[in-house]
Amino acid sequence: MESIQAILNNPYVFAALMALAPLLWILPYALFAIWFERKVSAHMQDRLGPMRTGGWHGWSQSIADLVKLLLKEDLIPAKSKHGLFMLAPYVVFVGSYAAYAVIPFTSAYVGSEINVGIFYFVAVSSLVVVGILMGAWSSNNKWSLFGAMRSAAQIVSYEIPGTLAILAVVMVVGSLSLQDIVRAQEGWFWNWFVFGKFPFLFIAFLIYFLCSLAEVNRTPFDIPEAESELVAGYHTEYSGMRFAMFYLAEYANMFAVSAVAVTLFFGGWQSPFGTFLSGPAWGVFWFLSKGMGFIFLQMWLRWTLPRLRVDQLMYVNWKVLMPFAFVNIIFVGLWMMIAQ
Amino acid sequence: MVINMGPQHPSTHGVLRLALTLNGEIVEDVVPHIGYLHRCFEKHCEAMTNYQQVVPYTDRMDYLTSMNNNFPWVLAIEKLLKIEVPERVAYIRVIMAELNRIASHLVAIGTYGNDIGATTPFLFCFRDREKILDLFEKTCGARLLYNYMRVGGLSHDLHKGFAEEARQFIKEFRPTIKELNGLLSYNKIFIERTARVGILPADVAINWGVTGPILRASGVKWDLRKNDTYSLYDRFQFDIPVGTDDVGVIGDCWNRYMLRMREMEESLKIIAQALDTLPEGDVKAAIPKRIRPDPGEVYVRTESPKGELGFYVISDGSATPFRVKARAPSFCNLGALPEFSRGVMVADLIANLGSIDIVLGEVDR
Repeated sequence: MESIQAILNNPYVFAALMALAPLLWILPYALFAIWFERKVSAHMQDRLGPMRTGGWHGWSQSIADLVKLLLKEDLIPAKSKHGLFMLAPYVVFVGSYAAYAVIPFTSAYVGSEINVGIFYFVAVSSLVVVGILMGAWSSNNKWSLFGAMRSAAQIVSYEIPGTLAILAVVMVVGSLSLQDIVRAQEGWFWNWFVFGKFPFLFIAFLIYFLCSLAEVNRTPFDIPEAESELVAGYHTEYSGMRFAMFYLAEYANMFAVSAVAVTLFFGGWQSPFGTFLSGPAWGVFWFLSKGMGFIFLQMWLRWTLPRLRVDQLMYVNWKVLMPFAFVNIIFVGLWMMIAQ
Repeated sequence: MVINMGPQHPSTHGVLRLALTLNGEIVEDVVPHIGYLHRCFEKHCEAMTNYQQVVPYTDRMDYLTSMNNNFPWVLAIEKLLKIEVPERVAYIRVIMAELNRIASHLVAIGTYGNDIGATTPFLFCFRDREKILDLFEKTCGARLLYNYMRVGGLSHDLHKGFAEEARQFIKEFRPTIKELNGLLSYNKIFIERTARVGILPADVAINWGVTGPILRASGVKWDLRKNDTYSLYDRFQFDIPVGTDDVGVIGDCWNRYMLRMREMEESLKIIAQALDTLPEGDVKAAIPKRIRPDPGEVYVRTESPKGELGFYVISDGSATPFRVKARAPSFCNLGALPEFSRGVMVADLIANLGSIDIVLGEVDR
C-alpha cells in the first residue's frame, strides 16, 4: 500500500496518470458516438441503422468495427513517404488530445490548471492541420492533397472569428483560465454566458459554434473530406488502424470543441439549477451531458444540410463572421466600460 | 494539374472517367472518357433469334427506367408490323412509363442531393421509389429490369388491386414532394450551390442535341409527349414545365433539378387520369408467333425521363433486325458537359454532372 502511495507521489507518474485520464472518457465516448451517429442518421432517414451486433439495437457495432480495423492489413502505398505517412494520424490525434489537458471536466479535475487555458486550447487545436497536411502530402495522391489544402485554408481562416468570439467571453471574465470562466457562471442557468450581456454573448456563441463546426470539418463545412467531390479527402489512402486514428481524432475533436462551447457559454460543469445536484461528481454528469447535447446538434446538422462550396465557405468566414465578431467585441467592451 | 476523376469515384454515377485539367480549384477543361460499360447492344440485337428477345436488352440500357426503354422498342416494331395494340395495353404502358419516370426522377433528385452533400434526401427519395418498385414487382415480378412490354402487348396484366394501390401512392406521394422541397429545393445552401451554376443557354443546348429535362430547363418547351405525340399521350391533360428565373437563371443547375420535381407532379396527373379511364380488355394483340416484318425501316422516338430515346430499326424481312441504332439521351446530354463546365470550380463540376443525370448503362450501351 505504502509503495503504491510512494509511486503515486512521484510527480512524473502522477503527471502521466493525469495525462491518460481523458482517454478514459475519449475511447468509450468515441465508440459510443460513432454508434450514436449511425443511429441518429438512420432514424432521421427512415432507417434503423445497425441492429444485429450485440443484440440490443446493435450496441456493439463500433466495437466490432474497431476489432475489424485493428486486424486489417497495414497498407502503405508504395510511392508514399513512409515515415510521414505512418506518423500523420498520430500527429492529428495528438493535436486533438492535447486540447483535453485544459478542459475542466468538473470542479475537482482539470488535466492542467494553467492560467492561459483557453489560449492554449486555441493554439493546440490548430496542430491538427499539420497532421492533416502531413498525411495528405505523404500519401502521394492528388485528391488527398486537394483535401488537405482545403482543410488548411479552412481551419486557419475559421480560427480567427472563433478566437474573436472566445475573446468576448474572456473580456467579460477577465481571465483565460477555463475554471475561472466556469466559476463566473455560478448559479442558475440564466447566469450562463450564452444569456449574458444579451445579445452580444449569444452572438459570440453562434459565431464560435459555426467556427467550431468548420474546425472539426463537420457539415456544412466538411469540404476537406467532401466525399462526393474528393472521394475521402486527406485520408483517402489510409486504411485499417491508421484510418481509425483519424476517425478517433475527429470524434475527440468534436467533443473538445463542444466542451469548450459548454465551458464558455453554458456554465461548464455547473448545474443549471443553482445548487441543486451540484458538486464535483454531478459536475462531471452535467459537463458530459451538455457536451453530448452539442455532439447531437452537430450530428443533426450533418444529416440535414448540404455542403458549402470552397469560395462560399471563405465568404462566410471573412465577410460575415469576421465583421460580426469584431463589432461584437466592440459592443461587449462598451458594455463593460459603461457597467463599470 | 491534370487529375483523373473516375472511373472509380463516388460522384461519376457509374464508370465514367473525366480527365480534368485544374488550376487550383478551377476546372479549365473536362474531357469525358466513356466506354467502360459498352456491351455491344446494337450488334447483339442483330444476333437475336427474334424481335421479342431484344426487349430484355433494352431494359439494361438505362436500368433506372426500364419501362421507358421497352416502350420505344415495342412501338417501333409495332409500327414496322403495322399493328394496333388493344386500348388497355396502351393505357397500361402509359401508366407504367409515367410511374417509372417518377422513380427515375427520384433517383436523379436523391443522388443530386448526395452530390451536393445532403445525404438525407437521397434516402427519402429511395423510400418513395420503393413504393413504385413494389407496384412493379407485384405486376411483373421484377424490381429493376422489368422486361414487361412485348411487341403487341404486355407480359402480364396488371395485378388485382393495382388501381387502388397506385391511387394510394399518388395520395401519399404528393406531400412527399412538399417535404423534399422544404428539405432540399429551397434550402439556402442548396440554392447557393446550384443556382447560377453551370448555365446552359438554349441555343448551345440545341446545338449539342440535348433533350429532356435539361433542354426544358434551358427554356425550350420541347417534350415529345406533346410535340411528337405517341401512344395515348394526346388524351391526357398535363403541362410541360420549363426553366424559370425566379430562383436562379434559366438553364442553371437548380432549374435542371427543379424541373424534375415539377415533372413528377405532371406524371402524377397523367397516372391519375389514366387510372380513371383504364378500360377492361385483353393485354395481347393477335400477332404471329414468329415476327417477320416486311422489309423497311422505322424510327420511333419517345420521351424517356432522360430525354429523347429513339430506336432506328431496319428490317430485311427475316426474323431478326438487320440493323438497330439506339439514340440514347444520356449519351447526347453528356456531350454538352464540357460546354458548361469550363471555368467552374471542382465542386460545381460535380453539381453540373449530377444535374445531367446520366446513366452509364445508356451512355455506353
